[in-house]
Amino acid sequence: MTINPDLQGRSYPAAEVYDVGREKIREFARAVKATHPAHFDVEAAQALGHRDLVAPPTFAIIVAQRADARLIEDPDSGIDFSRVVHADQRFTHHRAIVAGDQLRAELHVDGVRAMGGGAMITTRSEITDADGGPVVTTISSILVRGEGQ
Amino acid sequence: MALKFEELAVGQEIGSRSIDVTRQDLVKYAGASGDFNPIHWNESFATSVELPGVIAHGMFTMGSAVQLVSDWAGDPAAVVDYQTRFTKPVLVTDTTGTSEPGAVIEVAGVVGALDVDARTARIDLTVTFGGQKVLMKSQAVVKLA
Repeated sequence: MTINPDLQGRSYPAAEVYDVGREKIREFARAVKATHPAHFDVEAAQALGHRDLVAPPTFAIIVAQRADARLIEDPDSGIDFSRVVHADQRFTHHRAIVAGDQLRAELHVDGVRAMGGGAMITTRSEITDADGGPVVTTISSILVRGEGQ
Repeated sequence: MALKFEELAVGQEIGSRSIDVTRQDLVKYAGASGDFNPIHWNESFATSVELPGVIAHGMFTMGSAVQLVSDWAGDPAAVVDYQTRFTKPVLVTDTTGTSEPGAVIEVAGVVGALDVDARTARIDLTVTFGGQKVLMKSQAVVKLA
């Protein structure tokens, strides 16, 4: 199977809403072994000026990978998920994610580059809140390994 | 305890941290993140795709390494930008039923750059496993008051 070169420039409009819950922030924080009280204790978060619990800096990966799944699972993409390796990742926060946020992600395929028998695919998720305001931009590159890679 | 931008200098160390990782930690991360790729929890699947064994999620390593920066900054929301490249896998051996970790990740950070206009500090993280760097260009930008 080969990667569809026409993927470059494609975008997937924002679809389902992701509701950020307190317990999910606590669960994710524990899973990355975070200990900062702003992830666990509402009063500690509010003492720092936040509306509610603050998500860890990589929390948006949950929303970004759901958006990426729309591309990977698109039968037209030619991507075999079992051959996908995460190559790089970036989060640019326009503001912190806090409990109570309702997030949506618009996915853009910014780059498709042949590498050996495989391809490097760069995607960008523009994650916004219920008012449409920017929250975080995530950029991911995945390497889809070709045969024998 | 609040950091002062004026008191920071390029090259200044922000500290270091060791992170113990077990197979159970990877299962917890899979559940919390929704990334259930079996290379992170199933030995026979991992070896069938030519990996040496079960490896940690790159995002587990990235996510756990940044806590050093959150704690130093005093507020995780101060981390306004965070990026990394994943270069080597963290192999997590099966130590289930013992108190031993399956891998130990070492994290250290220094102030790599200061932006006077934006009042931000770029923290460069060195993240190693078994003496080898597993993340490259691992940089967190912290906004200071």
